[in-house]
This record gives sequence, C-alpha cells and structure tokens, in this order.
Amino acid sequence: MARPRLAVVKFASCDGCQLSLLDCEDELLAVAGAVEIANFPEASRAMQPGPYDVTLVEGSITTEHDAARLRALRDETLILVSIGACATSGGIQALRNFADVGEMVRAVYARPDFINTLATSTPVAAHVKVDYELRGCPIDKGQLLELVSALLAGRRPGLPSHSVCVECKLAGQVCVMVAHGTPCLGPVTHAGCGSLCPGYHRGCYGCFGPAETTNTTSLAAQWQALGASQRDIHRAFRTFNAASEPFRKEADAHG
Amino acid sequence: MSASGFPKAGVVLSLDGLQALIDALAARGYQVLGPVEHDGAIGTGHIAGIADLPAGRTDRQEAGSYRLDDRDDGALFGYAVGPGSWKRHLHRPIETLFKVRRVGDELSFEPPREPPARTALLGVRSCELAAIAIQDRVFQGGRYVNTEYAARRANIFLVAVNCGDPASTCFCSSLNTGPRARRGYDIALTELVDGRHEFLAEPGSDSGAALLAYLPNRPATEADWQAADAVAAHAAAQIHRRLPAEGLKEALQQHPEHPHWEEVAARCLACANCTNVCPTCFCTTIDDHSDLDGHGAARVRRWDSCFNGDFSYVHGGAVRTQTRSRYRQWLTHKLANWWDQFGTSGCVGCGRCIAWCPAGIDLTVEATSIVDSISAEAKAHGVA
Ligand code: SF4
Ligand code: SF4
Ligand code: SF4
Ligand code: SF4
Repeated sequence: MARPRLAVVKFASCDGCQLSLLDCEDELLAVAGAVEIANFPEASRAMQPGPYDVTLVEGSITTEHDAARLRALRDETLILVSIGACATSGGIQALRNFADVGEMVRAVYARPDFINTLATSTPVAAHVKVDYELRGCPIDKGQLLELVSALLAGRRPGLPSHSVCVECKLAGQVCVMVAHGTPCLGPVTHAGCGSLCPGYHRGCYGCFGPAETTNTTSLAAQWQALGASQRDIHRAFRTFNAASEPFRKEADAHG
Repeated sequence: MSASGFPKAGVVLSLDGLQALIDALAARGYQVLGPVEHDGAIGTGHIAGIADLPAGRTDRQEAGSYRLDDRDDGALFGYAVGPGSWKRHLHRPIETLFKVRRVGDELSFEPPREPPARTALLGVRSCELAAIAIQDRVFQGGRYVNTEYAARRANIFLVAVNCGDPASTCFCSSLNTGPRARRGYDIALTELVDGRHEFLAEPGSDSGAALLAYLPNRPATEADWQAADAVAAHAAAQIHRRLPAEGLKEALQQHPEHPHWEEVAARCLACANCTNVCPTCFCTTIDDHSDLDGHGAARVRRWDSCFNGDFSYVHGGAVRTQTRSRYRQWLTHKLANWWDQFGTSGCVGCGRCIAWCPAGIDLTVEATSIVDSISAEAKAHGVA
C-alpha cells in the first residue's frame, strides 16, 4: 500500500502548531516512515503538488487570497484537519472582529494602502468542510500523534470533547478553583491538554476553546464569587478563542 | 459482639504502636497508602510512617469550597474525606486492558498484568468502606467480574479510622454509612486526643486480629470504649446535612419533567467533577490506540461520566444533549435506580460532590427541593 500523502499548510498563524509536529522528536521518524510528507514548508523544501490524503491546516483566514487558497486546498485533499486555536476558532487575531480593522492597519503600517485584509479572522470551518479538529494554542503533541495513527489505521481518533476538569481528575490533580479559590476556565474548556495549567496550580485560560457543552454564565458567576471583576471575566473569555460563539457571548456579557 | 459482627475486642495503641502497625504492614509486603497533604488538600499517597500523616491539620468544606486549617490537638486524622477517593487505587482512572502486536501473520496479545501489589489503605472512613462495598457489588458481585478490580481488591488490607471531625458537607448518618465504621474493615481505629494521644484499635477480620495481637498494645478498658463512643457521638452531632428520608426514590423516578431539573441545569457546568470525585460512580469508556507503524495496538479503559456528551452517544448522536437530562440521569441513578439495580443507594453521603463542584451544587438541597415540591403539590390536591 502506498504511504498516505501528507501536507501541512499554514494561513494566519504563528507556526507554533506546526512546530508541535517537529517537536515529536522520538516519533518523527515513525511519522516520516508511515506517511509521505509531500508538502511541509516548515520542515522541508520539497513542495509537491496535490492531491493529498491528509492535510493539516494551521491558521485562520484573514484575506480573500487565503480564502481562495483554502478552497483550492480542500478540493485536492481527502481528509482535512484544522489544527490549533487559529484554525479552529480564528485565534487571537480574531480580536480584530471586535474592532475597526482599518484603524488598526493605519496605526501599525507605514503604508496602509499596501495592506489588503478582511475585517474578520475566521476559522477554517467557516470556509470549507473540516473532517477533524485539533484544539489548543498550541495543539497537544500527544493528540496529534493519536490523530495521525488513527487515520493510518482507519479508526476513529480519540479526541474527547468533554471539559478539562475530567482530565484534571484523571490525573489526580486538586481542583484549583475549589481548593485555592483560583478562577479557572477548565469547566467550560475542551479537553486535550491533559489539564496542563491546573497541574501547575494555575487556572485554565481556555486555550483549547469551548467544550462540547458549556455553561459560561454559571462559571462567570462563580468567578465573580471568587472576586473576579467584570473586566477580568471579559478578558478571560477574549483570548485565543475569542470568536468561538460561547466565549464571544460571555465576553460581551461582561463589558 | 461489636457492630462488625466480630467479638467486641479492642486494644489501645500508642503513637509508637501506630508506627509499629505501619511497619508491620510493610514487613508483610504491603505498600501502605494513607492520607497525605499535597497541593492544598489532604489526598492519598505512600506512607512510610506517622511523620507522613497530616498532623494537626483539618479541613473546612462547604459547597464548592475546600480549605485546610490548623488544629491545636495534634490529631493525625482530624479531617474528613479529601478530593480523591480510594476509588482511584482500586478502580483505576486509566487502565490498559491489553496490548496486541502483529508478529508476522500472527497477533500476539499481552495482558498487562501488574504484579498484584499487596496494598494497605490506612485512614479509610466509614463512608468509604460503604463505597468500597458498593463497588465490590458492582464489579465482582454479579455474573461479569471486572478482573482488574477483583485482582487488586483481593490484595487490599483496610485500616479504617472513625471520624472525629466531620466536614459540613458530610451526611453519612443520613444514609447509615457512618460516622463510625461498623463493617468491612480489617482494623478500625478511633483516635483519642482527650489529653492523651492514643488509638483504640478494633479488629474486623482474622488477619486484622492477628496483626493487632502482634503489635505492642494494652487491652482496652471500659474508659477507653467510653472515650471512643464519645468521639463517635461528637462526630454524629456535627452532621447536619441530610437526604430526604421519605419519598425520594418515587419523586425522582416519577418526575422526569419536573421544572427543577431545568433550574439546576442553569447552574450546572456539566463538568463531570461530581462523578469523578464520587467514590461509587463506576462508569468507564474504552479507547483503542494504535501505533504509527501499524504493528501495535492497545485497549484502554478510562473513567467516563454521564455529564459528558459522548457518554450517551449512539448511532447518529448523543441521547442526552442537554445538561438538564444529564443531571437528572446522575441524580436519579445515584439516589433511586441504584436501589433497583444493586439493592442499595448509590450515595454513601461522603459529600465530595458537594465540596468539589465548582458551581457549589449540593445534591441534598436539589433532592430535597424536588421531594418537597412534589409533596406540597400532593397536599394541595388532597392526596395523602
Ligand atoms: S489548562 Fe487550559 S489554558 Fe492550560 S493548556 Fe490546557 S486548555 Fe490551555
Ligand atoms: S453522590 Fe456525592 S455524597 Fe454521595 S457518595 Fe457520591 S460524591 Fe459522595
Ligand atoms: S461522610 Fe461520615 S464517614 Fe465520611 S468523612 Fe464524613 S463523617 Fe466521616
Ligand atoms: S453538579 Fe457540579 S460538579 Fe457536577 S457536573 Fe454540574 S457543575 Fe460539575
């Protein structure tokens, strides 16, 4: 059987998620042995044209040109996977969705007339059909390997959509909210990181975006009871997944 | 006869005697797990001696809140149950059931048999003994035995500690599961800190009795028994939460559309913490993993929860899409359907789901509210 052809393609993003793939030091050779890396500019100069069996898409869509590039990519891809907060929800750059982009461009660039950008930063799924999503800013390397090995074996990848709390409990960590009074977004955040931040006595700041079911209103009320201000709550929901619907609405409700 | 069914017998151990108990267990090949303070809570961990125990520490628990505090009597067991139950040592959060490798055209299955470690659990509370009895029933009391659980359970030695200082979240007395241990232990200790620091130790099994006989001790006097009774009475008097004594099962089973389910759902985060901290919740899911090279695979079982959307996934989608139905499933199974299924309540009154709910949802309050509203309605309609 021919090895599946893999492409890793980037749009508006920081490259951090692609680096997670390169960071799979121990497994990288196995990955390279199992798939033909046909197009991965971050890792190799060999850029072969499609079609691809699997394309990992990093980054959000912020220009017309990128939107067209993404549509073309979808046409030559069998299984399209969006990876990271940018690709799955629009990323931190979706803060532009709540501001005047023209004003930002004028503030940042010496020649604003050279800049041709959309008013919004949108996730991949807003433009084309997505087969699987890997959440996180950045993605979790274990989840990436799980996805690749599942696709190779033709099985369903194990990517649970429940809360970070479940992973916190599986790991035997002590709840930072209940035992320390630290505000945490874990109860509304999608699993996948292995409850990284609470493991370091920090509240989760939601980098994996909303879980499958969320009650941000109730969680915000608990944050308030722990002393968080309206502004704290607004800012907590307005980070890497600001444009995801549950987080956007909750941020709006707090100013 | 003592309540355990074992002849009423007891010896008094000094602090050195307690250390001798830990040493004797270790000498008999047991790893000893007991209460240890970590990350701002009293959880469970390896114990080499009494110096590892949280001396002079206590907890303050409320709905959605847990804090440690000092106590001035130097008690080693002066707190109630912590965040993690003993469940994780018997019914593991994540467990590999088997691994398989392709060797040529053959599949070779490797059951990952852990060496059956003899494990002594020190400081098990009465509610937790009841929870272990429930999981025994679930995992090894029927036709289908959970072999991993059973293998571990057969190697467990249980040293119970009777509670002297329940938390505000405790309600074992409402379910007859505490605060004093009555059965299910090898040895039960009552810590006596009334101007002295000793332990009344009662055997609950032959191996418990044999071990106690081996330890430096003195026979318990009538005064020692009275002191232990006083600890139990003081503990019982501190417990104020309760579940409704009457009509609970019917109220939950017969009112799936009660408006209160929606009311709880407005607060519930569907985060699953309550089920994962509960010492009786047993649900799991299965994950299959495969290696990148296509030659190896593993089947792994891990804790699941009725609050997770995928838990009720059947062909085409999840059955319980709303938090309302997930909370209803949890409470109704735990407090009502469990009776039909296993002949007991699924709740032992440990209060963990109350303290460790980030939204501070209290099942005793929710259950009471449903029962009260139904009986009020029945009265209004002139039904007795
Ligand atoms: S705990 Fe939260 S913020 Fe931290 S890595 Fe996980 S999802 Fe991201
Ligand atoms: S339902 Fe709550 S109080 Fe009852 S046994 Fe479970 S965690 Fe303890
Ligand atoms: S519920 Fe009862 S037995 Fe359990 S810790 Fe509280 S007082 Fe002790
Ligand atoms: S009752 Fe509390 S702990 Fe349980 S799922 Fe709801 S919010 Fe989470």
